[in-house]
Amino acid sequence: MPLLDVDTLTIEIPTEAGLLHAVNGVSFTLERGETLAIVGESGSGKSLTSLALMDLLPSRAVRKARSLRFDGIDLMAAGRREMENLRGDRMAMIFQEPMTSLNPAYTVGDQLAEALRRHRPVGRAAARDRAVHLLERVGITAAASRLGQYPHQLSGGLRQRVMIAMGLMCEPDLIIADEPTTALDVTIQAQILLLLRDIQREFGMGLILVTHDLGVVARVATKVAVMYAGRLVETGPVEAVFGAPSHPYTQGLLRAIPVPGRTKPGEPLGTIPGQVPNLIGPLAGCAFRNRCDRATDACAAAIPDRDLGPGHRMACVLDPVAVPA
Amino acid sequence: MTVPVLELENVTKIYPVPQGMFKPKAMLTAVGGVSLSVARGEVHALVGESGSGKSTLAKLLLGLTKPTSGEIRIDGVPIARTDRREVARRIQPVFQDPYSSLNPRKSVADLIALPLVAHGIGTSASRQQKVAEMLDAVGLPRRMIDAYPGQMSGGQRQRVAIARALVMQPDVLICDEPTSALDVSVQAQILNLLMDLKREFKLTYFFISHNLAVVEHLADRVAVMYLGRIVEERGREALFTGAGHPYSRALLDCVLTPDPTLGMPEAVIGGSFPNPIAPPPGCAFHPRCPRATERCRVEAPGPVPIADGAAACHHAA
Repeated sequence: MPLLDVDTLTIEIPTEAGLLHAVNGVSFTLERGETLAIVGESGSGKSLTSLALMDLLPSRAVRKARSLRFDGIDLMAAGRREMENLRGDRMAMIFQEPMTSLNPAYTVGDQLAEALRRHRPVGRAAARDRAVHLLERVGITAAASRLGQYPHQLSGGLRQRVMIAMGLMCEPDLIIADEPTTALDVTIQAQILLLLRDIQREFGMGLILVTHDLGVVARVATKVAVMYAGRLVETGPVEAVFGAPSHPYTQGLLRAIPVPGRTKPGEPLGTIPGQVPNLIGPLAGCAFRNRCDRATDACAAAIPDRDLGPGHRMACVLDPVAVPA
Repeated sequence: MTVPVLELENVTKIYPVPQGMFKPKAMLTAVGGVSLSVARGEVHALVGESGSGKSTLAKLLLGLTKPTSGEIRIDGVPIARTDRREVARRIQPVFQDPYSSLNPRKSVADLIALPLVAHGIGTSASRQQKVAEMLDAVGLPRRMIDAYPGQMSGGQRQRVAIARALVMQPDVLICDEPTSALDVSVQAQILNLLMDLKREFKLTYFFISHNLAVVEHLADRVAVMYLGRIVEERGREALFTGAGHPYSRALLDCVLTPDPTLGMPEAVIGGSFPNPIAPPPGCAFHPRCPRATERCRVEAPGPVPIADGAAACHHAA
């Protein structure tokens, strides 16, 4: 049984202009010890997907799924109370901007202890000890002295580490990290990613990394799911997706970034013309077809989910064409 | 030898920082003794972590703040002796966030024409014509002339910001993280546009970025800044094939190319950025440096000439 089984997840948001199909039939599984990267650009639905797993969607948003199971627990049937007990205990979330997710009015120590005491019958002293232990584990020096500090007294890198430590307080089975390093310097980013990877290996957690950074995906993830306009367009083991990117959108994304050694300095980068389609109202066929240089009439019809190799799938009618290097 | 379009000589900017009501103010050296020269037509990149002084340097170049000491020259003329408007005409900024750098209550036409109006250039009709030309240049359809920033995507807004920067026909654009708020596919479009405009308008770019893959893609020369000082200044190829300063090396090691066979770099510099109010003695980088020796703890290194540039490190040569 996979740790997480997402089957045909759909998120709709009613707006004045009509129903917004933010996420459209997304399916994936995650095993313990795996790192799944959900990659996409703004508006692709990657963050909403992760919020839906935690039942943290905005109240207007409507979540539907054929099945949504975490360690066998039916999340679609779980009540508010049950979700509150799961969140922070067995499933934890790390957000991009730690300043907005840490409470400015409480000390680091209080917030870390609360994360544990909310779910476990432990005393103050034990909670404090675990907080110090985890702060040290995430590479914070003089950890005990940090407990009395407030979030605003910490640098961005330190705050992000505190967030990670908080997520680990109850040793969750699943961590969802939404752009955990986007606001950080490259040096801190590398430290945080190494840390997440090491901790994940140590505790055997499942990790979902939501990001737009293809470099981060390639270096950290074991599986990747490429999202476009609320749909998964390509999924697979990271070696397969980066080694043989097959969906025209995946190929376009990879061509758009400068890669030392592959792109020539000063030469034009690959671009994806056009814009993301309006997701309000029904959208038939491939959502990428208006930007795809290989689109045909067949792209307006239902798009098959095709098997490209072990675990490697894409939603495209075209036969994969190798990307010119 | 031709005069560099932009030249900094021993430029220092010190900010007083209040420490409390009855305590004397601390002195924060945001930029310390920076000397740089930018040749016409070049893309000169500046890289470094947050807090390294990159943005203060940009402000100094734009004439938005005055150096505490040292001199900045445009075409050999000190900007201290140049009219502020003249500085603004010749050096224009493109900022990181096109969401906050454009006034949401102004139309595209107003936004782009603003520098012309401020300088009292042209008539209303000629300005309108100029705005239309700029829209063409940055690849925005002319029908967008009456649009407002709220109706535009991030990429379109950044094109408006670039059009506004170009309308005065400046010599130099100071690009401060111009693509870091944009999506990957939009970033590529903006970078391509910047390269095209550079050729078309014979521009010089001072390009501030933390994205080293982007820097390697478009810079001719690169300056690496740490705690207010330039620790290395090299030609692109020389830097990316053989960094001279351990800090530059550390930054390059952290670049994550999309290659799953490589995994995460294991040897990442630890420690955090030092307190700029009380910088470490000797070489400011020594507490984080894997090569630090006794000498580094006491003696601040000066620039040492190495292939196609210089590095401020006792171990550079």
